[in-house]
Amino acid sequence: MAVIGRLRRARYLERGELVVTVTLLGALSVVYIVPFIWMALSSLKLPQELFIVPMRWFPKKLEFSNYARMFREFPFLLDLRNTMILVVVNIVSAVLSNTFIAYGFSKIEWKGREPLFYVVLATIILPFQVVMIPLFIMFHTFHWIGTFFPLTVPGFFGNAFFIFLLRQFYLSIPNELSYAAKIDGANEFMIYSRIVLPLSSAAIATVVIFSFLRTWNDFIGPLIFLSDNRLYTLSLGAQQIMQNLDPKWDLLLTLGVVMTFPVLVLFFLLQKYFIQGIAMSGIKG
Amino acid sequence: MLKARRNQINGLLFVSPWIVGFLVFITYPVLASLYYSLTKYDVIHPPEFRGLGNYLDLILRDDVFRIALLNTLYMIVVGTVVITVVTITIAIVLNNRQIRGLSVFRVVFFIPTLVPLVILCIVWIWILQPQTGLLNTCLSYVGIRGPGWLADPRLAKPAFIMMFLWTSGGAVIIYLAGLQDIPETLYEVASIDGAGFLRRTFTITVPLLSPVILFNVVTYVIGIFQSFAESFIITSGGPDRSTLFYSLYLYQNAFQYFKMGLASAMAWILLIIAALFIAILLGLERRFGYRQ
Repeated sequence: MAVIGRLRRARYLERGELVVTVTLLGALSVVYIVPFIWMALSSLKLPQELFIVPMRWFPKKLEFSNYARMFREFPFLLDLRNTMILVVVNIVSAVLSNTFIAYGFSKIEWKGREPLFYVVLATIILPFQVVMIPLFIMFHTFHWIGTFFPLTVPGFFGNAFFIFLLRQFYLSIPNELSYAAKIDGANEFMIYSRIVLPLSSAAIATVVIFSFLRTWNDFIGPLIFLSDNRLYTLSLGAQQIMQNLDPKWDLLLTLGVVMTFPVLVLFFLLQKYFIQGIAMSGIKG
Repeated sequence: MLKARRNQINGLLFVSPWIVGFLVFITYPVLASLYYSLTKYDVIHPPEFRGLGNYLDLILRDDVFRIALLNTLYMIVVGTVVITVVTITIAIVLNNRQIRGLSVFRVVFFIPTLVPLVILCIVWIWILQPQTGLLNTCLSYVGIRGPGWLADPRLAKPAFIMMFLWTSGGAVIIYLAGLQDIPETLYEVASIDGAGFLRRTFTITVPLLSPVILFNVVTYVIGIFQSFAESFIITSGGPDRSTLFYSLYLYQNAFQYFKMGLASAMAWILLIIAALFIAILLGLERRFGYRQ
């Protein structure tokens, strides 16, 4: 009995302990959540209300005009359009290139495959700063600075993390399917497009989500490569108004809500794929 | 024979886009960066060879370089300890059977990582405002008069660590995945032998989790070496250069002062330091870590 009692203690918290733990977690959660709530409430404040001391949590009157002003006083539609162009192109290129490349790293046996795959993995940890300057100079000689090319073209040549993610997924697809298809006369490209791709929708969903997040959130890329303000993305546009003498904080917080909201919605709809992608990145370790 | 040859061709064909990308967007830039690091180059005039001059200037003569390096080391040492301890603690608590079901907590710690970088910076500027800021307002409720976090050189880096802590939910998720791989029976045996919670944590959880800890620490260290946007947007490196981090100084040299050669030398020093760091961490793991 004593042993069983100890066993139970190992796996279960006493009632009192549970209450304390959940309370502490709850308190910590509030700390993590408050900035979101504060941002949402502040986007409904009048500009001058932001600067009142002591801080006021709730706006006096819900002021939705900030959202309308965003269209007039910030090139919201233009920057949104630019961001969306990059998002769409980068999602398409990421799916096309990485699903294809990962097939070569998992479903075909050839000499040099494994060493080359280690090179792929090694590039994941190469700091961007090392390639940043030569890339800038290279794109400069191509006359690509101030165009979308530097932010889209490299995507067509694969991304190490996505290749890794898809390869791991492909390895879990039984090879018997490919053998059967081969006997029926299918070539590798047909196996890739008709068998492996349709079975990989879960992994492809993860690639789509992460590719969206990277492009939507990217700051350093647009900062270095987009010199033309007609091409600015939302992130870069936001940073640029912060440089002004009057940074229009109310508009920036409104923009913050507008930029964060779609990501949160996407997360709540597709939580599984988000967590999968994050946990995958840790598996290899 | 014929099949092996066909496979060789097909395999290379499938990975060929990556090979092209690797040569053009990685191999060439890495080598070019090494070359530029040995030159004086402002983009307009052709590069002028000066050997190891940039490296010697940085290491021997550039005080700002030393400040940036020390700031970054501070973030690595203090930040790693703080963030690792906090995220593992959260993960262990969340992994408890009765709490595991409450996936709402997992979501709560994860969603700050979804905030776009620029918006993150905007929000934290407001969290850290001395008078109207969220942090000091909350501190005032318990009678503490909060400082000007970003005005005090001693507090600016801790403030940045708080911000990084807020966005380290990804690490919590990875720790949780690692914790779920630890067999429950180990804990049962240990508790039959009378090991309490802390004892179980330090003799079972932490050693078995060490590869995951290593992964997260390496990810964090690489992230810190590359972190640039936060200090660029929030403080521009101030106050008194206390948040002038390595990558920010590198960016300034490259794109504000157009010292491309010097900045390339910084990039190579960063690569060497980061590689050394990772080698040391891997060595530690090999020596003290748990092996199956």
